[in-house]
Amino acid sequence: MSGVATFLTRRRGGRGWHWTDVVSWLWLAGGLVIMFGPAVWLLGSSFKTPAQLAEFPPTILPYVSQQATVEGHDKPLTLYRVKLPDGSTKVLAEVRRIGIVAQMVDPKAPNEIVKVNIANREPVREIGLATENYTEPFVHFDFLRYLRNSVFVTAMATLITLLTNSMAAFALSKYRFRGRDLTMLLIVGTLMVPLSVILVPLYSVVSAVGLLDSLWGVILPTVATPTGVFLLRQYMLTIPDELLDAARMDNASEWQIYWRIVLPLAAPALAVLAIFSVVWRWNDFLWPLVVLSRKELYTLQVGLNTYAGQLNVQWHYILAMTVVTMIPVVLVFVFLQRYITSGIAGTGLK
Amino acid sequence: MTAAAMLKAWTGAALAAPVAWLASVVNVPLKSWQRATGTGGMAAFFLAPNMAIFGIFVLVPLVINFFYSATSGTAYFLQDRTYVGLEQYQRLLDCGSYLDPATCREDLFWKAVHNTGLFVVVQVALMTIVSIATALILNREIVGRSFWRAVFFFPVLLSPVVTGLIWRWILQRQGLLNLIVHDMGGEPYNWLTDRFWAFAAAVSVSVWAHMGFYTLILLAGLQAIPRDLYEAAEMDGTKPARIFWRITLPLLMPNLLVVIVLALIRAVQIFDEVYVLTGGGPGTSTLYLTQYIYEIGFASLLRNPGLASAASILMGLVLVVLTLLQLQVGRRGERKGARE
Repeated sequence: MSGVATFLTRRRGGRGWHWTDVVSWLWLAGGLVIMFGPAVWLLGSSFKTPAQLAEFPPTILPYVSQQATVEGHDKPLTLYRVKLPDGSTKVLAEVRRIGIVAQMVDPKAPNEIVKVNIANREPVREIGLATENYTEPFVHFDFLRYLRNSVFVTAMATLITLLTNSMAAFALSKYRFRGRDLTMLLIVGTLMVPLSVILVPLYSVVSAVGLLDSLWGVILPTVATPTGVFLLRQYMLTIPDELLDAARMDNASEWQIYWRIVLPLAAPALAVLAIFSVVWRWNDFLWPLVVLSRKELYTLQVGLNTYAGQLNVQWHYILAMTVVTMIPVVLVFVFLQRYITSGIAGTGLK
Repeated sequence: MTAAAMLKAWTGAALAAPVAWLASVVNVPLKSWQRATGTGGMAAFFLAPNMAIFGIFVLVPLVINFFYSATSGTAYFLQDRTYVGLEQYQRLLDCGSYLDPATCREDLFWKAVHNTGLFVVVQVALMTIVSIATALILNREIVGRSFWRAVFFFPVLLSPVVTGLIWRWILQRQGLLNLIVHDMGGEPYNWLTDRFWAFAAAVSVSVWAHMGFYTLILLAGLQAIPRDLYEAAEMDGTKPARIFWRITLPLLMPNLLVVIVLALIRAVQIFDEVYVLTGGGPGTSTLYLTQYIYEIGFASLLRNPGLASAASILMGLVLVVLTLLQLQVGRRGERKGARE
């Protein structure tokens, strides 16, 4: 036991503990709770029934009320543990409730109605998952459609981004032509033009080219990312020109050089851009919100916001849908996080 | 070969084959294009798709935004709008006193300006302090550094809508925060309907969501500081506080300035997560500039795209100034780096 303790408290360099170490570990532990806690709480809440979500104080774990089929009643009835006037407790099923009085029956003797004040009973519950929160939105809401729209937008935008950005980066890194530096400056200069600055005119341009209320209207304005061109160009500059010249000697066309030599060699940078692009496009909110007005075209983010903005918020569905919306990003985090962090630390882009 | 490996190989080939085929098909016309125009023509070909999309969806909007802001009406097509010159700007800037939004003709705009100003100052200050503290701690000799780095990075990847909803769920009446308050003996409270707490929530949630990004940049800066400087200082018996002020902070300055300017640029444009969290409320207490532009331009019944466009240009000017500042800062950092 003491071996474990010394192992856990051992520090690199073999020095002793200092008060700053305590502060550091408190900060890290607090960080762990604050950074992951909200998502874990969301996950837990998403498995609770509507009745449980409305409760205060909320329970940590999700419970489900137990139900029983009672002879003479079509639907399963909810079970309660009731404190009877004689001081004993008994498990009864609720038939109906009128004000503060509930009419209940004993499942074993279904013909005799017992009237109980609702203050004298509590539901019989066990830990369980309300998985219908996840299954029902697929049926009752357009959730599946939103999911499909989001997947389509993300996949298409990422593919087009990779193709067009890498072609432009190839031209900007491997050819000498008039206006090259100007083009590069123009592209990098627009890094400072965020969407919110050109929101209104962009809307009119998109509607002029007939892409309003279409998923392509969401996709196309986002694909010519300056960051992507910049990232790929910087990477392609490191590919030696001799390689390209050798291929030209062998009679390869410029397209073949791009496709067969430069693209495969730029694969690491393409992978980083692909990961970024997937996260960007999956998370996009303001632009789809502006450009899509037909409900069946909504992406997940817009759809979620719409449901959450309704007067009667159905939290049990929204929480479950939020969890599903989080899944791709969590997968990226678990498997590809180091590519992103090294990409940011290396280039400062996001 | 196992069945799974075969399946993988097959699907891989099934996906790759059409792409490779397509690439070889386009090679034929491209070869004749190359013969006709030379490599200059090929450069144009490779640039064309990206620059066409870029031109249509970035440059054109950027240019017509100025025309837009000089017109009035509710139509979105430029030819359907009437020219009014600088009227939209006059309207935006028509104020009794710029310090009091209520005296302004467009009081909502000035409310948004004031809110954004306060938000930017508080959020960037908090963001910088929290990010530096985290980066300093991650730079210590701790076990599992990359794990801890990932912990703070996690919220950066979340979508703003998810972030907003998660926190709305925590801060609502039956939420986690009230559970904690209740367990400590306090009264549950509707945090997001209170002007002060809604602002505090907007600031904290946006710091929560983005601090991991800035921490990474600062950590990269800290790791670039030569170890021997610290060793020398330690040998001289220098106090840790003095080491921080005399070695760490000055050498971290280039990264720190980049972080501050980047955070400023982002904070000025704050929208998504706060919009989902509070909807700009209660009242207009968390209404920020981008939301104002969105609502006046599209969502409001009394929509006025020209006014929204004028407001977006004013915001763009602020961003241009901040970006030029960033370039300046970056260049200074580079020069400094070159000297070392």
